[in-house]
Amino acid sequence: MVASSSSSAVEASLTALAVSLRGVTKVYDNGVMALGPFDLAVRKGEFISLLGPSGCGKSTALRIIAGLGAPSSGTVRVARHEGEVQPRRVQPGHGIGFVFQEPTLMPWANARENVRLPLRLAGMPKADARARADEALASVGLADFADSFPRELSGGMKMRVSLARALVTDPDILLMDEPFAALDEITRFRLNNDLLALWRSLRKTVIFVTHSVFESVYLSQRVVVMTARPGRIQADIRIETVEPRGEEFRTSAAYSDYCRSVSAALAPSYSGRSTL
Amino acid sequence: MSAQAPVPAKMSRAQRAMRFVLPVIVFAAGLVAWELVVRIRAIPPYVLPAPSVIVLTLIKDWAVLSQSLAATLLTTLEGFVAASIGGIALALMFNQSKWVEYSLFPYAVVLQVTPVIAIAPLLLIYLEQQTAVVVCAFIVAFFPVLSNTTLGLNSVDRNLAGLFQLYGASKPQTLRFLKLPAALPYILGGLRIAGGLSLIGAVVAEIAAGTAGAGSGLAYRIAESGYRLNIPRMFAALLLLSLAGIVIYGVLALVSHLVLRRWHESALGKEN
Repeated sequence: MVASSSSSAVEASLTALAVSLRGVTKVYDNGVMALGPFDLAVRKGEFISLLGPSGCGKSTALRIIAGLGAPSSGTVRVARHEGEVQPRRVQPGHGIGFVFQEPTLMPWANARENVRLPLRLAGMPKADARARADEALASVGLADFADSFPRELSGGMKMRVSLARALVTDPDILLMDEPFAALDEITRFRLNNDLLALWRSLRKTVIFVTHSVFESVYLSQRVVVMTARPGRIQADIRIETVEPRGEEFRTSAAYSDYCRSVSAALAPSYSGRSTL
Repeated sequence: MSAQAPVPAKMSRAQRAMRFVLPVIVFAAGLVAWELVVRIRAIPPYVLPAPSVIVLTLIKDWAVLSQSLAATLLTTLEGFVAASIGGIALALMFNQSKWVEYSLFPYAVVLQVTPVIAIAPLLLIYLEQQTAVVVCAFIVAFFPVLSNTTLGLNSVDRNLAGLFQLYGASKPQTLRFLKLPAALPYILGGLRIAGGLSLIGAVVAEIAAGTAGAGSGLAYRIAESGYRLNIPRMFAALLLLSLAGIVIYGVLALVSHLVLRRWHESALGKEN
């Protein structure tokens, strides 16, 4: 049940890996060691969570995978993009969708234009791009809000727009950096369910950074628990339950068992040293 | 609860009306007092003209004054356009290359802190008069555009910049879709300041030029009327200048509001 698996079986099937990090470290200019050495192997179509205390380097790891920051040492491999949209130039974030902690929308553009941005930057004709942006907005339940500006939307809706923007290029890998941390619990639960539904229908590889034990257990197939700075892997816990998950899983005994063992794995990270 | 809601709304509407009405009352009271003092003490117009005399002069001399107004406004407009284009273009260059910024920024500051009234006579020696006047307006007005645009271009949301990087945006794309829109509120703020300043620059240069003998702008009219002790006309020209300044500010504020009203905090109603 609760198996620590960074097993060689996973490592062997290298072709099926979406993301692989080996011995990755990150040392900031001020000499602070933020990450590592950090090893991570994520299979295609897998939903994993990186869970850890604030400042443990989970966001840093995510940014390195996205190509937004270079590792100080180690190797990063990201599977090639197989979606239909090919950016004109080969770029660090090829085939990757990224959802930031804040919605990170352009306030001067309406929802449709915000979602269309990645396609626009890739040089897709306007009519096609608008159609796809509308499609992506519909997939997150915001079909009626395409013409709304970010300030006219609620926090949850802004996050949905952000999610639609990450999905519009049809990336293979979706990276999410504490996307729902700033939302109220009711909105967060709804978005959790919607995200799971999207993942089931689209089968993307998802790497989800969070500091919520409950969220990580509810969403992911694997919870990777990280230590306090410098971030390393403390435990790698597989969550196995009847799919598809729904609200009944959230209230089940199995769910609370998993939450307990994940919390136990997390405990050494926040007892003792203060990293805040 | 529901009964309370309309009350603050009403009060704020009354408050808004008062914000408009009170200054007008003060202005009217001031005018009446001025008029009374001049009449009761029989102050001659060459010492202090009454408001009524100033208005009559404005009507009587409209042919001369309107021409001067047009001249000053044209200078202001030319200076403003030059300052806007120059300021924004220079800020874009600064943003593209740190070396350009390091090389040129100190001189922009020097140009800004040197009083334009002291530069004007020199410019009049080396440049044709109309050009010199426009250059003065430009010098005064361009710095706020430059510094505001620079600030705006550097205030781009870090995560949005990361997003553009992630999707492989080119430099021109980043500029067009991210930096310029993000800087727009700052640029418009700079332009609003520059509008008033280019009028000041034009007036300063006209006064400097006027003492050299030629010119036809409003500031020149003021100087000329001063020499002729035509005090009512001085006041009338001053009134026109003041109105021109208010109109310029109002137009630029309106443009700024119209451009930003869909999204920027500064243009949103307080009830949101």
